[in-house]
Amino acid sequence: MAAKIWESHVVAAHAGEPDLLYVDLHLVHEVTSPQAFESLRLSNRRIRRPDLTLATMDHDVPTRGGRRAADDLAERQMAALEENCRREGIALFGMGSARQGIVHVIGPELGLTQPGMLIVCGDSHTSTHGALGALAFGIGTSEVEHVLATQCLRQARPKDMAVTVEGALPLGVTAKDIALGLIARMGVAGGQGHVIEYRGSTIRGLSMEGRLTVCNMTIEGGARAGMVAPDGTTAAYLRGRPYAPAMAQWEEAVDHWRALATDGDARYDREVVIDARALEPFVSWGTNPGQSVPISSQVPQPKTETDERALRYMALDPGTAIEAIAIDRVFIGSCTNARMEDLRIAAKVVRGRTVHPRVRAMVVPGSASVKRQAESEGLDAVFREAGFEWRDAGCSMCLGMNADILGPGERCASTSNRNFEGRQGSGGRTHLVSPPMAAAAAIAGHLVDAREFV
Amino acid sequence: MEPFTRLTGVLAPLDRADVDTDQIIPKQFLKRIERSGYGPFLFYDWRRGGDFILDRPAYRGASILVTGPNFGCGSSREHAPWSLLDAGFRAVIAPSFGDIFTSNSARCGLLPVVLPAPVTRRLIDLATRQPGVEITVDLVENRITLPPTPSDLNKGGGSVSIPFAIDPFFRDCFLNGWDEVALSLRQEAAIGQYEATRPHWLPVTR
Ligand code: SF4
Repeated sequence: MAAKIWESHVVAAHAGEPDLLYVDLHLVHEVTSPQAFESLRLSNRRIRRPDLTLATMDHDVPTRGGRRAADDLAERQMAALEENCRREGIALFGMGSARQGIVHVIGPELGLTQPGMLIVCGDSHTSTHGALGALAFGIGTSEVEHVLATQCLRQARPKDMAVTVEGALPLGVTAKDIALGLIARMGVAGGQGHVIEYRGSTIRGLSMEGRLTVCNMTIEGGARAGMVAPDGTTAAYLRGRPYAPAMAQWEEAVDHWRALATDGDARYDREVVIDARALEPFVSWGTNPGQSVPISSQVPQPKTETDERALRYMALDPGTAIEAIAIDRVFIGSCTNARMEDLRIAAKVVRGRTVHPRVRAMVVPGSASVKRQAESEGLDAVFREAGFEWRDAGCSMCLGMNADILGPGERCASTSNRNFEGRQGSGGRTHLVSPPMAAAAAIAGHLVDAREFV
Repeated sequence: MEPFTRLTGVLAPLDRADVDTDQIIPKQFLKRIERSGYGPFLFYDWRRGGDFILDRPAYRGASILVTGPNFGCGSSREHAPWSLLDAGFRAVIAPSFGDIFTSNSARCGLLPVVLPAPVTRRLIDLATRQPGVEITVDLVENRITLPPTPSDLNKGGGSVSIPFAIDPFFRDCFLNGWDEVALSLRQEAAIGQYEATRPHWLPVTR
């Protein structure tokens, strides 16, 4: 499937050079774009297709109401995006917009992300959009500049990898656990140089939101793009969304999408098979997402120097039961796990219970629209009554570029995607988990099997 | 971008695997809207811990870094290669790199050199045992050259030269200092032709 999409986007191919590919949608955010706009301006280059470009503010935005960023530099960065979009005629969903949100949440939500498209963004989690059968990958600022100027990108062809997940997911085991289980097995560099196609009955049975979570985490296994072939779930998800094809174009588009699925006899450069029935809720214990284990197990013995460093940083002793790890903070949010389904399942765990007195817990919806929908279902009240903070949409404590950060030594159960040293705040310690696991940890005050709560 | 042909400089070792871009340049320094000024914040948290290897006097002014596998994994921030460049590095040698880091580095003038793990191990040992040792990265010949070890000398050998492979397109860009945007803009006709064939249901943002 990746190969089909690739071929249909080749603008020019010359031997000894990476192919020049056409970009259908270029998403832009405030952190990785200012230098690209600046350098285009200095070289007097125009933006080729502002109408295929969309900007949002997510990384720096405050989530506590009000419009003041954490500091003057963040303020200046957001002002730069506003000014660049105004000057170049690029649509911007800035702070206060009803459509603002994390770039990887709003693309699918608005129906801008569609099967067969080639999508890029100056952000590694662009892999998320592959859940709808798009070929989508993160790029750097120089490439952002290149796409703005040419609407094209030069890329070397990746290899193909199949991840087949078969069997029914046990109750309380989520898409996040598939992702963590896979990365724990293949390592953080296991997907390097590959595009992953997720297939098998478990993937087919996932909702679109679950597929978005799996594809989102693809980059944590080292692969730049992950995708799921479009099917009935995809079409049902897209139908009626603001930017989805409408009327007569709908049928034509759906026919086209159907033809994208990988041919039965396709060969992959690598294949991994996962038995969903054997999965448990996963928790990361270390400082990269590959260092993850099932909730019922213990902090493992270090096998490498990297493991030893991680244990020191996380202040954990090998052999400690994962469930015995006490936590100080809980973060439910990020482009991995801050869509409606995530908030609903977390709310189910939280309903009628109270956050542990030591724990400070927050929910940050992935977009302004998710926030509105959750409020209309009364989920905000469930979280608030339990003692959670209910915030405005943004990246927030996934990376802590705004005021939401961990203090040194604080330990957090987080539904985000990266547990790197200092990711959520200098000296902070992150345990990656699914939304129900984060919710259960908030109640218990330590890591715990969420299945005891539902 | 400045052309890169041959570079002789001090080799600095960073003996760690899976160094992610959050470590290379933490998020609190991503708020600048310029491309420069990141050098002082390179490996900020590790440096702050004290006695960080790259802060030892012998490695000051180093222009070549040798490190472990999967260097530059994680976030797509080009601020990572920018901060390495800003701190004086022109080349990084590792058994493997994060895919986006490789592509970012190649586009901003930091040469990523992939060499097998036994070779990078040898380089890390060399730079650790002989702090301040200089090696040469030669992109014209696709080789790195190291000074001979005492045992090489005993056997009557001279300096040791090891070949490396690199994507030919990026090699040309480095050697000539090409501007990739300018190259692609020459394909304007092909881009226009492609555009005319795109399906009409594809979304536009305004
Ligand atoms: S939520 Fe986190 S991972 Fe996602 S785009 Fe924002 S900072 Fe990146």
